[in-house]
Amino acid sequence: MAEKEKLKKIGDILLNNAMYIIIAVAVVYIAIMRPTFIKLPSIVNILSLTAAKLPIALGIGGCIVLTGTDISAGRVVGLTACISASLLTTVFKVFPGMTSAAPLPLVLLLVIGVGALVGFVNGFSVAKFKLHPFIVTLSTQLIVYGIILMYLMRGVNNGQTLSGLADNYRSFITGTLFSIGGVAVPKYVLYSFILTIIMWIIWNKTTFGKNMFAVGSNEEAANVSGVNVMRTIIMVFMLAGMMYGITGFLDGARIASANANTGLNYECDAIAACVIGGVSFVGGIGRISGIVVGVLLLQIIFTGLNFLAVDANMLYIIKGLIILIACAIDMRKYLVRK
Amino acid sequence: MQETNASAKGGNQNVLLKMEGICKEFPGVKALDHVSLTVKAGTVHALMGENGAGKSTLMKCLFGVYSKDSGDIFLEGRKVEFKNSKEALENGVAMVHQELNQALKRNVMDNMWLGRFPRISRWCPLTSEKKMYDETKKLFADLEINVDPKRVMSTMPVSQRQMVEIAKAVSYQSKIIVFDEPTSSLTEEEVEHLFKIINMLRDRGCGIIYISHKMEEILRISDEVTIMRDGQWIATRPAKSLTMNEIIKLMVGRELTNRYPEKDNVVGDPLLEVKSLTAMYSKLKDVSFVAKKGEVLGVAGLDSSGRTELLENIFGIATRKSGEIYLHGKRVMNRNARESIANKFAMLTEERRATGIFAIRDIQANTTISSLRKYHYKGIPLLSDKKLAEVTEWGISAMRTKTPNQKTQIRSLSGGNQQKVILARWLLTDPEVLLLDEPTRGIDVGAKYEIYQLILNLAKEGKTVIMVSSEMPELLGVCDRILVMSGGQLAGEVDAKTTTQEEIMTLAAKYA
Repeated sequence: MAEKEKLKKIGDILLNNAMYIIIAVAVVYIAIMRPTFIKLPSIVNILSLTAAKLPIALGIGGCIVLTGTDISAGRVVGLTACISASLLTTVFKVFPGMTSAAPLPLVLLLVIGVGALVGFVNGFSVAKFKLHPFIVTLSTQLIVYGIILMYLMRGVNNGQTLSGLADNYRSFITGTLFSIGGVAVPKYVLYSFILTIIMWIIWNKTTFGKNMFAVGSNEEAANVSGVNVMRTIIMVFMLAGMMYGITGFLDGARIASANANTGLNYECDAIAACVIGGVSFVGGIGRISGIVVGVLLLQIIFTGLNFLAVDANMLYIIKGLIILIACAIDMRKYLVRK
Repeated sequence: MQETNASAKGGNQNVLLKMEGICKEFPGVKALDHVSLTVKAGTVHALMGENGAGKSTLMKCLFGVYSKDSGDIFLEGRKVEFKNSKEALENGVAMVHQELNQALKRNVMDNMWLGRFPRISRWCPLTSEKKMYDETKKLFADLEINVDPKRVMSTMPVSQRQMVEIAKAVSYQSKIIVFDEPTSSLTEEEVEHLFKIINMLRDRGCGIIYISHKMEEILRISDEVTIMRDGQWIATRPAKSLTMNEIIKLMVGRELTNRYPEKDNVVGDPLLEVKSLTAMYSKLKDVSFVAKKGEVLGVAGLDSSGRTELLENIFGIATRKSGEIYLHGKRVMNRNARESIANKFAMLTEERRATGIFAIRDIQANTTISSLRKYHYKGIPLLSDKKLAEVTEWGISAMRTKTPNQKTQIRSLSGGNQQKVILARWLLTDPEVLLLDEPTRGIDVGAKYEIYQLILNLAKEGKTVIMVSSEMPELLGVCDRILVMSGGQLAGEVDAKTTTQEEIMTLAAKYA
């Protein structure tokens, strides 16, 4: 009997950490098959890509803590990337009247504002009309996509990809922060690091952060306890929107161009990363450190699969399976067993 | 007359259901300790005991909602162990729940046939609305229930929904039907109808298990009475041989003398005045009263008499239509919970799980949520972990909460300890008026005493406590005065020292 219990316990531990075990096995396997995978350039590459995808996940994490989600994230990144690329450029196709690139800080503030605005619409609709975040952000996703397409038709651009970005914009983001072993670490790694710290403080050290977790775990109880539920929800979505805005700003320069498909499906990766990192759809549970780990692990897997030259189409299937497994494992922990 | 009739039928002594030596332990609580129950065919068997005595747990073990730790269940001599209530139902054991589990947005016949919709024919897998309608009609005629099978459940009063539930149990050809406090929300006329149906079922040879707190009902309807206390079987006797006093003695046991702490609070000057409070979306109408400093003011009444609504409207989590609230003679608006907390009100809600605790969060988060702003570092709006830990520690020791540490998830605590955490949460907001809705619901007897002590201590500190309860002895034992609500109105006010349960019950029925 005791033997059986013991086995069950071990099984539970294995199942609860299955995601990490799978990833660890994958890393070992890839490292054996392709030793360059664990060489410095590859590691820096993985860290940089993790940094690039982190802010959006930090934003969505809050929405998931509220038992919601945000599928408009990728399109907001696309819009703000297009805005950045159209203003910080050397070829003024969207605004033919402009003669020089707009000031960097101004554009940054602008895209943060645009992100916050979309976030406000999302949050307000969720809080005021009691709509499910999925429906709300599905709508805003479509609306924002329409705006991107119209924006790209402005001036003489005619829907084309925006490129020819201003040098100061590109160097501000992709310039070298420092080099190790001859491998350059881009500046946006630092920005992502700063954002992570800011979000950690917001989540853990502010009244707003505690309120967010309270609303996520029991909205009714939060209301009775004197939490301004509506304001909390709106602020979570606005904060997420700001993160998308910053991601767009970084991505424009990082990819060196922006078009209507920039940011497409970013939210899928971000949501997957959050779930792998222990931000639960049950609500009220999640940590910044978990999100960082989630984004990192996902990036390791994808880079590794690239190393193995896995078919790009296959990647989608693997991604889908990872999300499914991660959610199933997560749910297991919160099911009430009778 | 029905009674004599019934006892004559009681001569048929076939044992239908036998539960033997049932044990069930929850973490820290022995909910059932070798409990036995024998129900004979053609009898009504009353199951009595205080809240927390283990009646519901026993029934949940019967229906497989909980798995029993040990003991056996025999149905007509056959050993059974149901995995869920559906399996029990299919074997002829049905329950009419206290909280009706119905698909409210669907109509009556959908609910009747849920899980076994009749097909049009053996070869056509489509459901036959006609069969459903006709069968439901026939069944209702048989039971003299006057309800349209096509009516949507949510549009019907609770009493009629309950009738549907009973009809459903009957339609399964159930041999054992459990009624869990069926009359708590029924009017006198509806109770009569219910009893008529119960007698009809008894005459057909069913075994009825009837759970209720109401002595008069028990003595009127039942043939045998089993009494439980603190998870133990105490006695099973013929109803005829019992008197109300005997039942009370058996139910309460020797603890009768010191179930309530000594009342040594001193009632002072008026503190809170409520003037013709009327709710926008509930039937609360024109309620006025005054509560004094250091007073424990009880609110009695039947379910849905407007007790909870009264507190919700004072606290601003329900919309008021009209009425005014004065604290220290100054008008307060209390438009929402935030404003009420700022005005030094606090409210412990009735549904602890739904609107009280943050189940997956820890004790610290649950304790500090209503007063977070007090724990900032000096000068910067960031929370100090040290201060959070300090006040949580205070909460745990002041309430004598039993918890491993303050990082424990609140859902792993017992009901009583959860309640203490929420009380601590409210005390940290430094309230003057505490609105407590069923503060001891679902809490075991020992912890109840501690909660009463806390309530009285608060009153002694000069706070005003307004306490809603369904348990009349509790109101009589703890309160100074008792307001009695009925049909959304204030039916009267009584002095807890001189009143009787009968007087309160009469008032509670005034506008019902």
